[in-house]
Amino acid sequence: MKDNAARDLFPGALEMMILESLRRQPAHGYALVQHIQQRSNNLLQVEEGSLYPALQRLLKAKLVKAEWGVSATNRRVRTYQITASGLHHLELQISSFDRMFEGIALVLNPRKATTS
Amino acid sequence: MNWMPSTVRHKLQDDLSEEIRLHIEERAEHLISEGMTPKEAQRQARLAFGNRTVIEERSREVWQWPTLESIWADMRIAARQLRRSPGFAIATVLTLALAIGANAVVFGMLNALILRPLNVPQAQSLYAIEHGSDYGFQSYPDYLDLRDRNRSFDSLAAFTATQVGLDTGKAPSRAFGYQTSGNYFDTLGIQPYLGRFFHGSDEHGVNSAPYIVLSYAYWHSHFQDDRGVVGRVVRLNKHPFTIIGVAPPQFRGTLLLFSPDFFMPAVNQEQLDGANNLNARGVRWVLEVVGHLKPGVTPAQAAGDLNSIGSYLAKTYPKEDGIKSFTLARPALYGDFLGRPARAFFAGLMLLAGLILLAACANLGSLFAARAADRSREVALRLALGSSRIRILRQLLTESVLLSLAGGVVGLAGSVVLLRWLSVWKPLPRFPFNAPVSPDAKVYLVAVALALVSGFLFGIVPMRQVFRANPYEIVKAGSSARLGRRMTVRDVLLVLQIAVCAVLVTSSIVAVRGLVRSLHSNFGFEPHNAMLIDTDLKMAGYTGDSVPAMQRRMIEAVETIPGVAQVASANATPLGGVAIKPAVFKDGATDLRQSNAAATAFQYSVSPHYFQAADTSLLAGRSFSWQDDSGAQHVAVVNREFARQVLGSVTDAVGRYFKMSDGTRVQVVGLVEDGKYMSLTEDPQAAMFLPVLQSPASQTFLLVRSKGDLGSDPQQLATAIRAKLHQLDTGLPVDTEMWIDDLDQAVMFAPRLATISLGVLGIMGAMVAITGIFGMAAYSVSKRLKELGIRVALGAQRTELLQAALGRPLKLLAIGSAAGLLLGLMATKVLAFIVYQATPRDPLVLAGVVLAMLLLGLVATWIPAQRALSVDPLKLLREE
Repeated sequence: MKDNAARDLFPGALEMMILESLRRQPAHGYALVQHIQQRSNNLLQVEEGSLYPALQRLLKAKLVKAEWGVSATNRRVRTYQITASGLHHLELQISSFDRMFEGIALVLNPRKATTS
Repeated sequence: MNWMPSTVRHKLQDDLSEEIRLHIEERAEHLISEGMTPKEAQRQARLAFGNRTVIEERSREVWQWPTLESIWADMRIAARQLRRSPGFAIATVLTLALAIGANAVVFGMLNALILRPLNVPQAQSLYAIEHGSDYGFQSYPDYLDLRDRNRSFDSLAAFTATQVGLDTGKAPSRAFGYQTSGNYFDTLGIQPYLGRFFHGSDEHGVNSAPYIVLSYAYWHSHFQDDRGVVGRVVRLNKHPFTIIGVAPPQFRGTLLLFSPDFFMPAVNQEQLDGANNLNARGVRWVLEVVGHLKPGVTPAQAAGDLNSIGSYLAKTYPKEDGIKSFTLARPALYGDFLGRPARAFFAGLMLLAGLILLAACANLGSLFAARAADRSREVALRLALGSSRIRILRQLLTESVLLSLAGGVVGLAGSVVLLRWLSVWKPLPRFPFNAPVSPDAKVYLVAVALALVSGFLFGIVPMRQVFRANPYEIVKAGSSARLGRRMTVRDVLLVLQIAVCAVLVTSSIVAVRGLVRSLHSNFGFEPHNAMLIDTDLKMAGYTGDSVPAMQRRMIEAVETIPGVAQVASANATPLGGVAIKPAVFKDGATDLRQSNAAATAFQYSVSPHYFQAADTSLLAGRSFSWQDDSGAQHVAVVNREFARQVLGSVTDAVGRYFKMSDGTRVQVVGLVEDGKYMSLTEDPQAAMFLPVLQSPASQTFLLVRSKGDLGSDPQQLATAIRAKLHQLDTGLPVDTEMWIDDLDQAVMFAPRLATISLGVLGIMGAMVAITGIFGMAAYSVSKRLKELGIRVALGAQRTELLQAALGRPLKLLAIGSAAGLLLGLMATKVLAFIVYQATPRDPLVLAGVVLAMLLLGLVATWIPAQRALSVDPLKLLREE
């Protein structure tokens, strides 16, 4: 189901990845897609369009802000930038994600967890 | 994102589309740079992006909460529409506020008095025992038999209401309470708030339990919440009683409308009443017997059980107990005695209030239909542009529901204020009667539900119009293309509500007329220019022979006051609300069982000069003197009805004899006119008056007739009387009042309540009708403005203009009024049961109704008429 790959991860995963990417540097939609696909070694085949509803949600929650401008390659682009509350939100998300991931790992591989 | 201006929202959406376009473009260019053909690159880029429409839609959804937002949008449109016609909005809200408020008030009373059970645990299984015509009354020995022999109740408790002089160390004051069986609180399952209650185990014979329990309210008002009150000794009618506890705040006895100050064991009844009635099987002083049915026992089974006890009693004590047929009823409104008329009254009132709301809805429905017709062009345009009919309807409904909710909230607020006020109102200031009708959640729910339903009801009226609308026809032909038939439906609705209004106006005028007339009708005594002094000598400790002696001293003392013409005493006054009505027998009767009685007659113990003081005409024979004492021949003065029923002759009644149920032979020495004794609407009743020395009673009403007109300064006389009586005994609580005022409060309470209710409903009906006529007239004028302008231009006179503009609503007014008047006159037959002499055969009623309806029409058409008259043809023609 390539269709909903990003969404099937878990709710909020895509938003988290977008925020993480924007934390490194502001980017426009296309660049964000490229970045996420490259960083995940193309393991995550995000449907490009699905980025936009997620971006709208982030915009509405004021976790990112957007501005029209011109890119390095001289294209007209709408560049997204993470806000202070976006940074804060991201940290919370990552730590809770870490905990969740740890939990999942424990359930999937209990022996390894007890030895460590 | 409803808080954003729409331009911002549009920009957001434009941004998104642009962004997506650029995204796909960039992807395509990227693919081209990798060597793909432009056409293939475009295709791949779009494929990689996914379904663009869906994604745009989903992105936009982020900004809105779809259904809620569209409802909100509807509401904003509705609010805007209403702001544009504030007069219409205010009129609608006010009409609905009145109609829904009326319903909430009536329902609040219905709910509190009839639907809501008594505030005791397991009220559903609590019943009072009634029998035959004398409702709950039992004698104490009969109560004990019922209690011990029945197999249907968990336990049976008895109580009666009593008034005492309560002395807490200061001056004694009048207090009202319950004399109850020892098991009263245990039967009801009530726990004390403070101290303890008395129990069945406290009863050890006559005067063995000198305890009282205070009600919370009395404790709060008379003992200032002093918790140290338990154990204190107070005096009831001079006898010491120990306060053992305080009842919980929410418990106010087993009668809804009477809130007692205290509870005391009935075994101590002798100390209060001066005579021991615990063993008197023939004296029915127990007001009501109540108990919880055992689980699984139906009221019918219990009644059967009680009936078998009843037949046992009738067989064993034939002199005291006749055959009775027992029934079970709810105790709260004193069984069916008040319960039945109260249920009928509130059902009637609820029906009327419902009718008013219905009329309001009909009226607003037609106003809405008119508005929808006004907007038919807009609706047609929207339909033509592809709007769904449901969408348009939803918007119209939003408008009506918005209005109805506003009206409901205003109406509910008003009704809550009114109900709160009513529930602390004491209609008879001297007595602890009041109706606890505070609104509860049910009332709020009903009001909101009514508001919603009526909103839908009148909002749905224009529905047919919208569904029938053919956009092409309407846009082409303009707003004047309207079907005649639609007006007919509206006409019928208007006639209907004018008729309802006329019914209400008619019946309220009839009720007011009856009320006024009944205060000036012949009661068989003259309540004007007389003072009534109400006291009970028991409260100051008088018993036995000291009672009549004191009464005589009181009469003689008051007689010395200047300006006093005549003074007499009686143990009760006619129409005073309290009376005994024992059985009497023909002189020849030897079998003195109840079933053999010639009649039951109201019995009054009166002093000499009573008939002069009460201004009751002595038709034949003589009045009493102080020589008619216990040693002399027992004598009586009777009324005509008594003579007819018992003596068999009115003309030579004087000198004849009859028998009381204890066998006493009584000679009739005087004949007086008939009067009213219990209620103004009663049929002629038999009554007998006995000399106070032969039939002593401590309950004392002094009748003081003044020489001149008392109206000017009754207070001076009252003060003088109180001073005189205070000289005789400082410890005797007395109340003074104008007799007419006392009568006014007691007898007129029900008819006045009925009249006020009808009057209020009548005024509401009138307001609803006014908005209805106003709506139609205004509509008719504004629709025909062009036509009127042309008429003016062609030289029409003012009267012709008015006839053209307002002829139709006025014709409907006439039809509706006539129909309503006829119906109202028929309805007043029902009213005659509550209001004395409520008769429609009265020219004033007819004139009043006609005048009221004319006035109503004038008020309703005033503004539209002004508008029609001020038509300026030039301006109108220029506008088109």
